[in-house]
Amino acid sequence: MSRTDPVLRFEAAGIHCPTGGFFIDPWRPVARALITHAHADHARSGMGAYLCTPLTAAVLRHRLGDRRIEVMDYGETRQIGDARVSFHPAGHVPGSAQVRVEIGGEVWAVSGDYKTAADGLAEPFAPVRCHAFVTECTFGLPVFRWRPQAEVMAEVGAWWHETAATGKVAMLGAYSLGKAQRLLAALPEGPGPVLTHGAVEGVTQVLRDAGLALPETIPVTPDTDPKAHPGALVIAPPGALGTAWARRFGPSSTAFASGWMALRGIRRRRAGDRGFAVSDHADFAGLTDAVLATGCDRVFATHGYTASFARWLGDKGLEAGIVATEYTGEDIDAAPETETPAAAP
Amino acid sequence: MRDFAALFEALDTTTSTSAKVAALAAHFRTAPEADRVWTIAILTGRRPRRSVTTTELRRWAAEAAGLPDWLFEDSYAVVGDLAETIALLLPPAETRDAASLADWIARIRGLAGRPEAARRAAVLAWWAALDGTERLVFNKLVTGGFRLGVSQGLLTRALAEATGRDAAEIAHRLMGDWDPATIGYDALILAEDRAASGARPYPFALAHQLDGAPEALGPPGDWRAEWKWDGIRAQVVRRAGALHIWSRGEDLVTPRFPDLAPLADHLPDGTVIDGELVAWGGDSPLPFATLQRRIGRKTVPKTLLREAPARLLAYDLVEDGGEDLRALPFDARRARLATLIAALPPGLPVEVPPLLDFADWPALAALRQTARARGAEGLMLKSAGAPYVAGRRKSGGWWKWKLDPMTIDAVMIYAQAGHGRRANLYTDFTFALRHGDELVPFTKAYSGLTDAEFREISAWVRRNTLERFGPVRRVPPEQVFEIGFEGVQESPRHKSGLALRFPRMLRWRRDKPAAEIDTLETLRALLP
Repeated sequence: MSRTDPVLRFEAAGIHCPTGGFFIDPWRPVARALITHAHADHARSGMGAYLCTPLTAAVLRHRLGDRRIEVMDYGETRQIGDARVSFHPAGHVPGSAQVRVEIGGEVWAVSGDYKTAADGLAEPFAPVRCHAFVTECTFGLPVFRWRPQAEVMAEVGAWWHETAATGKVAMLGAYSLGKAQRLLAALPEGPGPVLTHGAVEGVTQVLRDAGLALPETIPVTPDTDPKAHPGALVIAPPGALGTAWARRFGPSSTAFASGWMALRGIRRRRAGDRGFAVSDHADFAGLTDAVLATGCDRVFATHGYTASFARWLGDKGLEAGIVATEYTGEDIDAAPETETPAAAP
Repeated sequence: MRDFAALFEALDTTTSTSAKVAALAAHFRTAPEADRVWTIAILTGRRPRRSVTTTELRRWAAEAAGLPDWLFEDSYAVVGDLAETIALLLPPAETRDAASLADWIARIRGLAGRPEAARRAAVLAWWAALDGTERLVFNKLVTGGFRLGVSQGLLTRALAEATGRDAAEIAHRLMGDWDPATIGYDALILAEDRAASGARPYPFALAHQLDGAPEALGPPGDWRAEWKWDGIRAQVVRRAGALHIWSRGEDLVTPRFPDLAPLADHLPDGTVIDGELVAWGGDSPLPFATLQRRIGRKTVPKTLLREAPARLLAYDLVEDGGEDLRALPFDARRARLATLIAALPPGLPVEVPPLLDFADWPALAALRQTARARGAEGLMLKSAGAPYVAGRRKSGGWWKWKLDPMTIDAVMIYAQAGHGRRANLYTDFTFALRHGDELVPFTKAYSGLTDAEFREISAWVRRNTLERFGPVRRVPPEQVFEIGFEGVQESPRHKSGLALRFPRMLRWRRDKPAAEIDTLETLRALLP
């Protein structure tokens, strides 16, 4: 530890604060990890101790089992060595946070994953004033422009009704943490019940227990009789669609809810019947606005279309660089519930 | 254009062929007649001539979206489709324009010859009046290149369903040269007098790939074998004193093959020959690369005509003396072809390569191994009794039995993200071979892996990037792949001095360390 140490350093194990002796969202085991949110690419097993928001802690315990987890509410501050840290809403999924780190008056913020538009469920994104901002840019190209949530949800609802009218089951692929609950909370009244895959139901119940108001769902079990639920909407992780698990429901119309569905090519590759462009990551305008709102003069892009987005910010007069991380952003191709991405061959 | 955009969406959002046929048939029953003709034209590749260059469109779209050109290009590289990129980048529409498909095409055609400022103003105004799929469709009309996942077979089925006519007759009506701007739906699809006119070729019979052993086809006596030539598939049509040469893509390529012109004087009227156009080296075909030098040129220079003279290797006769022979068995058509060609004076650039003699399947398999030495890429097997059937149907009894590809083990050194369907995956790789202590890049390949393998290698590329050059990432030379290809030739344009034909990944060799990849010398030894 020395006075010349930067506030944060990008190392092989993750984003390191040498002064505070902790890492943020590390991808290798470290003694002390601050976690922005509970998705598997940001919150991995094997850390000596975890510090995160209470909601993230609840999901982490569900995913990783009993761990040493300390919690800290949004806006609360804590001194770790010479570093002052606090969590601020990232709007990505319930409990998700940006991490603010201040050392000797210099402030850095790590966004984790975030979206700027409120989704009615996650705590809305709050810009953090800082000197340096570590940002994701999963959808950091201007072809990504999200439509208002209400419009897309109305389309999902219409598809559910049309599907039910043809006697089929509506099968919707969505992330187990965040996307699934956001859909549950925002979908209009449907023609039947909502059935959930075990991975989705597990997280949903954790969030309910933590106090989130979420509509009633019927968990799918081996004993579930598909015929007993006419007009049903089934929410499952994207990887479960097209598997034996999904085929038990008989004739179905399949759809994916993902920001990638904005691109026709990817809609076609996933070969679902429908694709709804709904993302828990900021679109291009959201990313740009978020970066500018921090008032920072240095930006580090961690994952996504980093080269294009960094150049775009450079054109705006910011000092923008790319740092290598192992975050994957929104990956509709990922296996449903793996703890860590597949190991390198 | 709302109904055409709705059709586009319906076709785009289903993989079920019966749903596609139903959507098309409904469109052909209800859309305005002019729109029906244009729909058929677009689905058969007869798009309106481009009146705006793609360079202009890119510039105007970037300006309208308030983006620098480089960011437009970065976006295009990911989306992989210019029309879609523009549709996504432009701000949402301000108004809605309700003109029909035919109206839009007339407007687009009306741009031709007008000064840039006028064309720009028109296109910007139209963009501001179209949203979502309609804007995408408009861009596709302007830029051309509609790919809708609708085969000729599906289109004819839908037209047959909508009109109650025979699908084969519809298919024939749609072939050849017709202008959607002048022909009516009635004349194109319904009128009686278009049955056998002018230059029209027949829908091509296509071959299935034979992957297993030929024994599965049954007794060898029921089958005829030919060399599979590596040239351009073509139908040569002689009617009303004129010669027309059609490539399989339904392009009229007559002017590109002036060496075949003498056939016009000697083939009888009402003749349609199916065969392969090759560059001829005296007694065997020259490599495809030689013929390739002639493709893409509207007129062929004299030196090239001398160095790479074209020859028609005829293998089927579809029309003889004005009579449609398609219902006859292969043997009968073949006999009439032989008689027809034998009656021609000597010295014409056409011949009927003899059928191959084989006693049993093992004998034929042995013969197949000699294909490369004869300038062929394998064998064709044809059922002796089968009629000439449009498209790739089992009942047509055509099988291609290609040689196994040549292979070499190489290491990946660069990876580039794909576009379109593969926009968020690394799929385009550069491979190297060992040459002394060096790794020499020698080919790119981007197909042959499963989706799961592409996902896995993409994750590896992200974690193992050494350097970035725009969209290209340099990776450590660790991942070994078996590369398959159909041929290799000298190429001064490549660093390795060699160029492959049809390179693709056959296997990810996880079992093989990079130290054991092949050398450049091994590849050189495969030169013909």
